[in-house]
Amino acid sequence: MKRDPIYGVMAEFDSATALVEAAHKTHAAGYKKIDAYSPFPIEGLAEAIGFHHDEVPLVVLIGGLIGGTCGYLMQWWMSAVDYPLNIGGKPPHSWPAFIVITFEMTILFAGISAVLGMLALNGLPMPYHPVFNVPRFSSASKDRFFLIIFSSDKKYRLDETLKFLHTLEPRSVSEVPS
Amino acid sequence: MPEQYKTSTDLEGAPVIGPGHTFASVTDKISSIVLTRPASNGWLIGFALMFMLTMMMLFAIGYLFLKGIGIWGVTIPIGWGFAIVNFVWWIGIGHAGTLISAILLLLRQSWRNSINRFAEAMTLFAVAAAGIFPAIHVGRPWLAYWLFPYPNTMRVWPQFRSPLMWDVFAVSTYATISALFWFTGLIPDFATLRDRTDKRWLKMTYGMLSMGWRGSARHWHRYETMYLLLAGLATPLVLSVHTVVSFDFAIGIVPGWHTTIFPPYFVAGAIYSGFAMVLMLAIPIRKIYGLEDFITERHLQNSAKVMLATGLIVAYGYGIEAFMGWYGGDRYDAFTLWNRLHGPYSFWYWSLLTCNIFVPQVLWIRKLRTSPVALFCISGVILVGMWLERFIIVVVSLHRDFLTSSWGMYYPTRWDWMTYIGTIGMFLAAMFLFLRILPAISIFEMRTLLPEAEVKE
Repeated sequence: MKRDPIYGVMAEFDSATALVEAAHKTHAAGYKKIDAYSPFPIEGLAEAIGFHHDEVPLVVLIGGLIGGTCGYLMQWWMSAVDYPLNIGGKPPHSWPAFIVITFEMTILFAGISAVLGMLALNGLPMPYHPVFNVPRFSSASKDRFFLIIFSSDKKYRLDETLKFLHTLEPRSVSEVPS
Repeated sequence: MPEQYKTSTDLEGAPVIGPGHTFASVTDKISSIVLTRPASNGWLIGFALMFMLTMMMLFAIGYLFLKGIGIWGVTIPIGWGFAIVNFVWWIGIGHAGTLISAILLLLRQSWRNSINRFAEAMTLFAVAAAGIFPAIHVGRPWLAYWLFPYPNTMRVWPQFRSPLMWDVFAVSTYATISALFWFTGLIPDFATLRDRTDKRWLKMTYGMLSMGWRGSARHWHRYETMYLLLAGLATPLVLSVHTVVSFDFAIGIVPGWHTTIFPPYFVAGAIYSGFAMVLMLAIPIRKIYGLEDFITERHLQNSAKVMLATGLIVAYGYGIEAFMGWYGGDRYDAFTLWNRLHGPYSFWYWSLLTCNIFVPQVLWIRKLRTSPVALFCISGVILVGMWLERFIIVVVSLHRDFLTSSWGMYYPTRWDWMTYIGTIGMFLAAMFLFLRILPAISIFEMRTLLPEAEVKE
């Protein structure tokens, strides 16, 4: 398959409000493979570009369950099975004493899964990305807001899509080379 | 401006960010400290002094490794001494960072956004300082890894019924989660620094650290979910850590330790000393780097209120300890109370009460709550007081327990002091470096505080 020399077309906006409006309009116009970039999290922006399924909580739940289970089983196996030691007549499987470490292991595994899960689902780390080719994009981490329509979108036609972006009244529109 | 701030008077309604700021000005102001501002002589001298103290600590620890813990003042019956006093003190200081970053996030206290970054850094460095003490106190520190359950040729496992083992897990989990929380909070700001700097090697470094963050809406969504969940996990964690630290004492049967008030009163004391340290750091930082717009009087006032509240919980803890000593009917507990008030360490017990209970009551005066100089001094007093509290708990309880024949006294040696003061140097040296290398205030969270950040319908 021949790779499109254009990765997508990008419009730049002044404010968070303008970006969210533009994202709504773009999504309503039938463009599905789109993304928006902002210097801080904007409420409702992800929904505006049609992103609804966030799997991070599930990853954290699974991580926490694994951590808690392993934490308890580790203590039980080490203290009651592999190396039972009589200390002051306490039973080898003295479960109340195991709760603290079970709790800590739950938190540890859930926390690590939260961070690694977020990074993995976001496809990070990714030091290079085509959007960085747009010189103005460096303001996306400061005070500018960007909307991109990817060339892989079904409705994408370079000239038509550029024309559509101009109807959103952006500050500027640029082509993103891939 | 969120609605809930509008109702009350005074500083309650004051904005958490100075007027006239934009996304660009916030970004430039905070990132310029790292990127363009040259290192001042004050910074160099301060860092050099703290670095020297760090070297002194390493020297003291080096000599300790050579000679063993006999060079310290610890003896039987006081086997814990400075190592545990300092460990608990440092861990407690760290707790305010997690409180600010996690608990206040869950409570939607947006004023936290300007102090959470360096409070989290403070947590990390405090936990690092704390972690040194138990490791060098074990006698043969090169075998400290025996604390962890790893498969070994001796075919033994750690004793999970011991609170000291719980502590190993609690503190190492706490250190890991704090580091993750801090680092993930920095990722979007690393991206900002990457895009702001002209130097290629800095661009590469910050670019790698930012993991290629580009601010995509999908990424932000998952990021916020992750951040909120991490805060939700860190909240019970931070409460559990000092609870477990208090178990180190409360599970034992030593008079003065064996009480159920310990967990809540340890947690409150931790937050108390932690906020004192936050203020002692924030007040000079905002002055020197001109950040009064971001760390406003309202931040000082709120921190002072947290100190006042937690200080009263601590006072309640002392009160209950004394009451139970008298009312409980256990002659050893009663003696511990008497010994604190009239024994050989009574001067330090009264100093503790002065520092932690009497002096901080001046925070009821509104004028002092907003005066940086007064707050700086009161915070210093509280930090001394909280150190004395741990000294009283560890030393005074151990030095006279059940049998008069096994009573003793504890005198710290110069090696104790060098190690303790050295960790303060290490902590501050790390803070000095942090201020110059990383954005001390979360840039992206400050942007969300501006009115323009809200999407208008």
